[in-house]
Amino acid sequence: MLEFFPFKRTIPFMSWGKATTAISLLTFLFSVWALWDRGLNLGVDFTGGTVIEVSYSQAADLQGVRSTLEKTGLSEISVQNFGTSRDVLIRLPNQGQANAAETSNRVMAALTAADATVELKRVDFVGPQVGKELYDSGALALLVVAFGIMAYLAIRFEWRFAVAGMLANMHDIVIILGVFAFFEWEFTLTVLAGVLAVLGYSVNESVVVFDRIRENIRKLRGATIPHIIDDAITRTMSRTIITHGSTQIMVLSMLFFGGEALHNFALALTIGIMFGIYSSVLVASPLLLMFGVKREHFIKPVEKKEEAVV
Amino acid sequence: MNRFPLWKYILIGITLVVAFLYTLPNFFGEVPAVQVSPVRTTEKVDTALLGKVESLLKASSVPYSGVELAGNSIKTRFASTDVQIKAKDVLQNGLGERYTVALNLVSASPDWLSSISALPMYLGLDLRGGVHFLLEVDMQAALEKAAIRYQNDFRTELRSDKIRYGRITREGNAVTVHFATRDQRDAAINKLGTVFTELALTPEDLAEGFTLTARLKPETETKVQEFALQQNITTLRNRVNELGVAEPVIQQQGASRVVVQLPGVQDTAKAKDILGRTATLEIRMVDELADPQALAQGQAPFGAEIVPSRDGGLIAVKKDVVLTGDSITDASPGFDNTSGQAAVHISLDGKGARIFKDVTRENVNKRMAILLIEKGRAEAITAPVIREEIGGGRVQITGMETAQEASDVALLLRAGALAAPMQIVEERTVGPSMGAENIAKGFQSNIWGFFAVVAFMVIYYRMFGLVSSVALAINGFFLVALLSMMQATLTLPGMAAIALTLGMAIDANVLINERIREELRNGATPQAAIHAGYDRAWGTILDSNLTTLIAGVALFWLGSGPVRGFAVVLCLGILTSMFSAVTVSRAMVNLSYGRQARLAKVSI
Repeated sequence: MLEFFPFKRTIPFMSWGKATTAISLLTFLFSVWALWDRGLNLGVDFTGGTVIEVSYSQAADLQGVRSTLEKTGLSEISVQNFGTSRDVLIRLPNQGQANAAETSNRVMAALTAADATVELKRVDFVGPQVGKELYDSGALALLVVAFGIMAYLAIRFEWRFAVAGMLANMHDIVIILGVFAFFEWEFTLTVLAGVLAVLGYSVNESVVVFDRIRENIRKLRGATIPHIIDDAITRTMSRTIITHGSTQIMVLSMLFFGGEALHNFALALTIGIMFGIYSSVLVASPLLLMFGVKREHFIKPVEKKEEAVV
Repeated sequence: MNRFPLWKYILIGITLVVAFLYTLPNFFGEVPAVQVSPVRTTEKVDTALLGKVESLLKASSVPYSGVELAGNSIKTRFASTDVQIKAKDVLQNGLGERYTVALNLVSASPDWLSSISALPMYLGLDLRGGVHFLLEVDMQAALEKAAIRYQNDFRTELRSDKIRYGRITREGNAVTVHFATRDQRDAAINKLGTVFTELALTPEDLAEGFTLTARLKPETETKVQEFALQQNITTLRNRVNELGVAEPVIQQQGASRVVVQLPGVQDTAKAKDILGRTATLEIRMVDELADPQALAQGQAPFGAEIVPSRDGGLIAVKKDVVLTGDSITDASPGFDNTSGQAAVHISLDGKGARIFKDVTRENVNKRMAILLIEKGRAEAITAPVIREEIGGGRVQITGMETAQEASDVALLLRAGALAAPMQIVEERTVGPSMGAENIAKGFQSNIWGFFAVVAFMVIYYRMFGLVSSVALAINGFFLVALLSMMQATLTLPGMAAIALTLGMAIDANVLINERIREELRNGATPQAAIHAGYDRAWGTILDSNLTTLIAGVALFWLGSGPVRGFAVVLCLGILTSMFSAVTVSRAMVNLSYGRQARLAKVSI
């Protein structure tokens, strides 16, 4: 039998509480600082504006593209390579209300006039109103998911589990956003979808550990709560690493083969998966301990059940 | 203990066969086709047209591999794109301008698959290339347009009752009438209140006189806006048909927006131009004195011009415009009260009604033509004979052969012009090479990830790893089958969601396998360990999947476009994975291990 984690005895995770809490707090504060100081590099989905991706048959002359576009009277143009040296990404903010949708036509007309081999690959134009709506509904989705999961955990377990699980996962979300802010990676609608999926996914991890804790509370009658939690974490450790590993394999595959369109999405998932493991083991469980979870919270209804079965 | 009753195996077998059948069309790829559909959406496609298409192709000896009537269009398949393009020219020339002839791709899967409606997955624009527009209707302008109409109507009504009034002013969508005396205003309230029940009238006493302000009641306001949106959608549909797009999508989104998706369209500048164009409608008198022979030679009498009519003939109309489409407030199909003939009922606004009354009085027994002008080209929709003077702003046009034609004309009269201006508020264009690239990238992400996971599972869990991997592959099958069956839109984020759900689906099998190992470690017999492993893991699997499902549902609810595609696949993937990872893998284990009464060792 091939085993990565042949733990024979329980690992005292809970006794490392102080250290892990300190690490969490530091990364969390770092993320908050990054968000505060640099802010998220929001994509055109949220800010509104025009993004045009074009492809040339040879390596593109960025300076030439820039000066061609400046002659059209458009301002605040950003021109950069995208993926390969032949692909160029052009960004323009929304310039006034009038004819915002015409911007891409003007850009393409100017570029084609300068070099007929240019090929249009993609245009994203988002009006200011739509951008604001996407931003609002994105924020709302984040809240709905957070509260939905919390309500589910509260019904399925107990409020302490719900709050601990949620805090641990919000901590992951803040860290993902913080890293995106720090590196100034573009935050798009697809990345947001990835973040929300990660939120649902890494709660899985807490659920699995919590499930074990509940089972242990019923089974290991003599043990203390910290020991029960340690045992639960140790026993689910192997599964945690393997499942997250498999999901990460898929995500890496997207990172390597998915191209630019899925690049940031895969990055968000990678950070989310890494911190998901860490937070559900080393953040959620100490929090649970801190909230004072007790045997009595679970033991009573179970006894009744067992009697009924016997 | 590890045995399934026969019905369970049969059930799993049936789901597998069904899933296989519905996944199948995705492997056949697509063949070039030409799609013929009528320019006017209300016109129906029938077998006569089908025959015409076939005879046209045969006459020009263009080989085709199949003709079918699908929905409101005729699709003809061809062996290669060269033949396809040749066929397009032949059909466009042969059928004329009443039909849109567009290049398209159709599934190459055999007919028996299509007959059980097994179709390939419906690809989103980011995977097949095309344009997506979100247009916003200027509702304020729609309301102001209505207010302008009332301004005219008030004049007519007050004049007809000889009620004296001062100025009629309009501010936004409120119309204010000024009066010198209170009595005049009271009379006006009486008159206007009974004629325009849809308006709320507020009197006000000012130092310089008495005023009456009319505003649309909230329910009427909603009606005006709904009407404007519907009319704009109809107009858009007619315009898109002219673009020759194979499978356009035109949908209302929210209270004031319209989504237009044009797969395969590359010339976005042209598309924008056509969508934003304003068509106009005109009513003019027919020049009865025109010589039919001169007409056929294209010689128009003085003061008149020649326009083609809808039935294919030519007609000479005077250059003076009697009325424009702006005067038409509504048009609906119906029947003539006395003869029972199909008819179109048109409502004109006050000013239009007055003009119409005068013109019809002076031209009894003459013909009047209704022209639709688009891109500077006029076409006579109908040219009925005036029987009598028509007053009151309600006009009935007869002379249509069928009720269908009447509803066509009514639609055209309504749909000729935009009810209110529209603005593009979102555009997403994806080039054709980009679409193909995205498919390839999405597919590669999935396939490499899948094989890596399978390799790991088989090395780590051996026999049970193999079982888990087969279950994972089946999960992929189910997911593709469900997406094909539902014809849900597959986008690039959707393909990412397939990869993600495959990665997450293995979680259920890992949970089960770890449980089995643990039971074995605790000294359980292999059969008991398998049984306990599946049983105990189930609760955890359910829990963990439900939380992801919550995220998926919220994303579907609040997401838009590509995010929605992601959410759909995520939710479906969770559902299929619960079935495949638990039930299907259990069936495999039961089949291989469950039958052995004395099982000494399991490979896990």
